[in-house]
Amino acid sequence: MILVYIEAREGKIKKASLEALSEARRRADELNLEIGGALLGSGLEAAAAEVFARGAHKAFLLEGEALDAYSAQAEAAALEELVKDARPEAVFFSATARGKDLAPRLAARLGVSLASDCTRLEVKDGRIEYTRPIFAGKALLSFRLKSAPQIASLRPNVFPLLDTGRKDGEVVKRAAAVRPDQVRGRVTEVRSGKGGALDVTEAEVIFSGGRGMKGPENFALLEELSGAVPRSAVGASRSAVDSGWIDHHHQVGQTGKTVSPNVYFAFGISGAIQHLAGMSSSKVIVAVNKDPEAPIFKAADYGIVGDLFQVIPPLKEELKKLLEE
Amino acid sequence: MNIFVFVKRVPDTESKIKIKRETKSVVEEGLSFILNPYDEFAVEEALRLREAQGGRVAVFCVGGEESLIVLRKCLAMGADEAVLIKDAAGETYDGLRTARILAKALQAKYPEFDLLLFGKQGMGADNGQVPSMTAELLGLPQANVVTKLQIEGSAGAAVREIEGGEETVAFSLPAVVSAQKGLNEPRYETLKGIMAAKKVQIPVVPVEDLGLSAAELAPGLEITGVDTPPERKAGRILTGAPEEAARELAQALRSEAKVL
Repeated sequence: MILVYIEAREGKIKKASLEALSEARRRADELNLEIGGALLGSGLEAAAAEVFARGAHKAFLLEGEALDAYSAQAEAAALEELVKDARPEAVFFSATARGKDLAPRLAARLGVSLASDCTRLEVKDGRIEYTRPIFAGKALLSFRLKSAPQIASLRPNVFPLLDTGRKDGEVVKRAAAVRPDQVRGRVTEVRSGKGGALDVTEAEVIFSGGRGMKGPENFALLEELSGAVPRSAVGASRSAVDSGWIDHHHQVGQTGKTVSPNVYFAFGISGAIQHLAGMSSSKVIVAVNKDPEAPIFKAADYGIVGDLFQVIPPLKEELKKLLEE
Repeated sequence: MNIFVFVKRVPDTESKIKIKRETKSVVEEGLSFILNPYDEFAVEEALRLREAQGGRVAVFCVGGEESLIVLRKCLAMGADEAVLIKDAAGETYDGLRTARILAKALQAKYPEFDLLLFGKQGMGADNGQVPSMTAELLGLPQANVVTKLQIEGSAGAAVREIEGGEETVAFSLPAVVSAQKGLNEPRYETLKGIMAAKKVQIPVVPVEDLGLSAAELAPGLEITGVDTPPERKAGRILTGAPEEAARELAQALRSEAKVL
């Protein structure tokens, strides 16, 4: 079995978890393995149906007082119990904030190494070969894990979703043995950003601004563009963030976030190596820059040499028109 | 408060990375190395906590003697002591191995601490595994990718980044915290600090002395290849007036690239 950790917020499963589940199913088919989804917390019965639609044969619902608020300590303990009983060959996570927090904790608990933030999985001679970017994407590392079970986290927005059309499967409810008094750290509050804005790592389209934006006030232009395109977010280069124009959680690049949206728009970004590293796995890159020599044009699929302030308003209208069609 | 900070020597982010396919490795010659930028936030946070609440700051690094330079930088920033855990393995991309070394070193030689601070990931290997793994091996609570940290007595609260927002993790000490950009603005070393750091005899603990088994020290990854990402093919420059270029771009994204 490949066990997939399913992350849900307010009863709704994260898309990234479904991507991990879909990829697990594709590889499991090659290895002749079943898929189990692990959902931790209470009130997740309804979410199980979706787990079956994306490829799971079984859904494990792990419940317990210690799992009501997220705690890496508690969840790693509950997952360890499940792993010891279900004996999966592999456990997959999505490399979300949660997955990056939890997967290494479980791996250490089981005494195995971890393949983090993978962007490609291949079955070779009956074993999984993992490929992940290193140096924020300047190079790719491929490897096999020597230990069992194999634990990996999969980068969001990379693996396509699968739809099996199935709605049912086996639901296994389990009470987790971990008790609240065994846990010394837990989440006490969750706050979403303004208007529930998407994070750059989750966005399908990113409108990013750099030095050429000239000041913090002009990032409103990118907000407007983002407002016109569903599942989009505003990004920024390091120099824009270091100038204090926009909060660091928007930063794309080697000291910020690594993103792989369908389209990455770079406005007034010259294209420093550390920035390119963070966004060059985008499916399509668009660069708008005054300087025709800017290195960003070497990475771009489409380039406009010109004043971004003159390009953004008509572009917003064109995108609106296109999306209304 | 006894604060330990764990740091790593990494290639500068502006480096161009060259690979050697035959040896399945990244070419280190010609790279300039720095203190991992995320670790700077961790060191700074430790110094601020010490300044506010008293205590000591010790910095640890696993690596070869070339890592002494990043430990000296931490001393120059103001850390009280530094320890090199000498390991000749080089980059194994295996977080568990490093976490085992750290956990064992603390248990065997440095068991008195209140807070373990890390950068959220080592630049380059980009794993972000060691903080959570060390926390698990030592049975400590963890808060990763932290942008705000408060410690009062033996209670801590950390704000960490999640997709489209943030969450607060409450924990009790001792605990593991990993730093994200935004936590603070790291200070520069003073000239006096640099001069003083040069004279410090940094203790070196050979990794072999920690009592880890050969199996525990064996890397858990079998590297099968290192490659460069596929070159992006040359793009197209859209000329013409802004309105025209914008229209052409929107059309191309829909009908040619099929991404909108």
